[in-house]
Amino acid sequence: MKNKSAELDNERLEIKLLLEAIYLKYGFDFRDYSSAHTKRRLENRLGLSGLEHYGQMQHRLIHDEAFFNELLLDLSINVTEMFRDPWFYKKIREEVIPHLQTYPFIRAWHAGCSAGQEVYSMCIVLEEEGMKNRTQIYATDFNELILQKARSGIYPIEVIRDYTANYQQAGGKKSFSDYYSAQYDHVIINQELKDKVLFSSHNLVTDGVFGEMNIIFCRNVLIYFNKDLQNKVLKLFHDTLCPGGFLCLGSKESLKFTNLVDEYEVVAEREKIYRKKRRP
Amino acid sequence: MKNRQNSIRIQTFEAIVIGVSAGGLAALARILPKFKKDFPLAVLIVQHMRRDADGFLWRHLDTLSRLTVKEAEDKEAIQPQTVYIAPPDYHLLVEPDRTLSLSAEARVNFSRPSIDVLFETAAETYQQRLIGVILTGANNDGTRGLKTIKSYGGLAVVQSPESAESDAMPRSAIEEVAVDHIVPLDRMGRFLNDLACGNSHG
Repeated sequence: MKNKSAELDNERLEIKLLLEAIYLKYGFDFRDYSSAHTKRRLENRLGLSGLEHYGQMQHRLIHDEAFFNELLLDLSINVTEMFRDPWFYKKIREEVIPHLQTYPFIRAWHAGCSAGQEVYSMCIVLEEEGMKNRTQIYATDFNELILQKARSGIYPIEVIRDYTANYQQAGGKKSFSDYYSAQYDHVIINQELKDKVLFSSHNLVTDGVFGEMNIIFCRNVLIYFNKDLQNKVLKLFHDTLCPGGFLCLGSKESLKFTNLVDEYEVVAEREKIYRKKRRP
Repeated sequence: MKNRQNSIRIQTFEAIVIGVSAGGLAALARILPKFKKDFPLAVLIVQHMRRDADGFLWRHLDTLSRLTVKEAEDKEAIQPQTVYIAPPDYHLLVEPDRTLSLSAEARVNFSRPSIDVLFETAAETYQQRLIGVILTGANNDGTRGLKTIKSYGGLAVVQSPESAESDAMPRSAIEEVAVDHIVPLDRMGRFLNDLACGNSHG
């Protein structure tokens, strides 16, 4: 058991060096990600790659950019769906939209937008609430491959049944099939929905403030960060939100244990919707 | 000689991880009430459940238990005398600094939360100071994790298949892992309580 424990210490050391190498070589900073999570993702890639240890992996990723890009996909979690947590979108319609409707123009930011499913969900809500034409949506992710998928708005047809059920539970006002066209084994989101979305590359860990936003969505991203990094990114959101702006987190993310808890009022506890207080 | 004897016999623990699937509510409702008020360990539980499950499970168990039972929260520090239940649709991970993390990454063994994910990360953190427990269930999630716990010198406990509502999960664990104890459900609560409180075992 002593050996096993010493081996684990060595592995952790090698992983630390590997993350340092990624940062120095490619500028992506995973050093403050949750370490149990990062280790699992790397273990998975190590198993698939046939490499023997993280030292070899480090060598390979420095010399082989294609290999690094695979690893990058492992390290970003891209599991999501349209109208994920339907009750969240229902709450947005009921509690947030009425406030946003008082503005002549709003800016929304989807931080960590993955393949765009939740971005297009929000586009549908805005469309149905008559707000799409006075909204600019910014959707960002650090992963260029995933952004390309998001821009294309193409999803496999198998997922549409679930998306449709979610849409209905989320209070959808039309037929979900109005928003896409089906071709063979996939669907394409209608062009009109994409009009107001600007997809671009942005890294929450290493990049800065991003204009002034009325609402920010960052759902199921912060859970992969350690506490310090969570606080740093929440500070970035705080600096980016206008007074009275809304912050929407994942259903198991919370401001509760963070530095900024007093700066927000809770709009919806279960849905994790917060509103930045107006300071005199 | 007597020192050697001591070092073999005494094993102190920091945490218990429990994995349970079909039939879990009834099993946990019989086990947790047996834990004494001064139960010195943290208890981390993955119960497979529907992704839209509400908080009924942990609230119900909290009313039955002398320990605090709660849903595990991201970045929460793990405390003794507390029972943490993984939330539906998230994996539960133990960090090396003894805090909890949640993850929405892909299902493992068709499950999220997955027992293996909890067991493997807990094993790396607690090593020989961990007890892993597999209870009733209809798949084989947890077997791999229990093996990892053993490989770090932790203790493996499995509910006897005869006493399980679904016996596939205990059977899989017993077949694949050098299990330390196989315990029927009606004795499991008391057994774990005695282990945790340092009473004799084995």
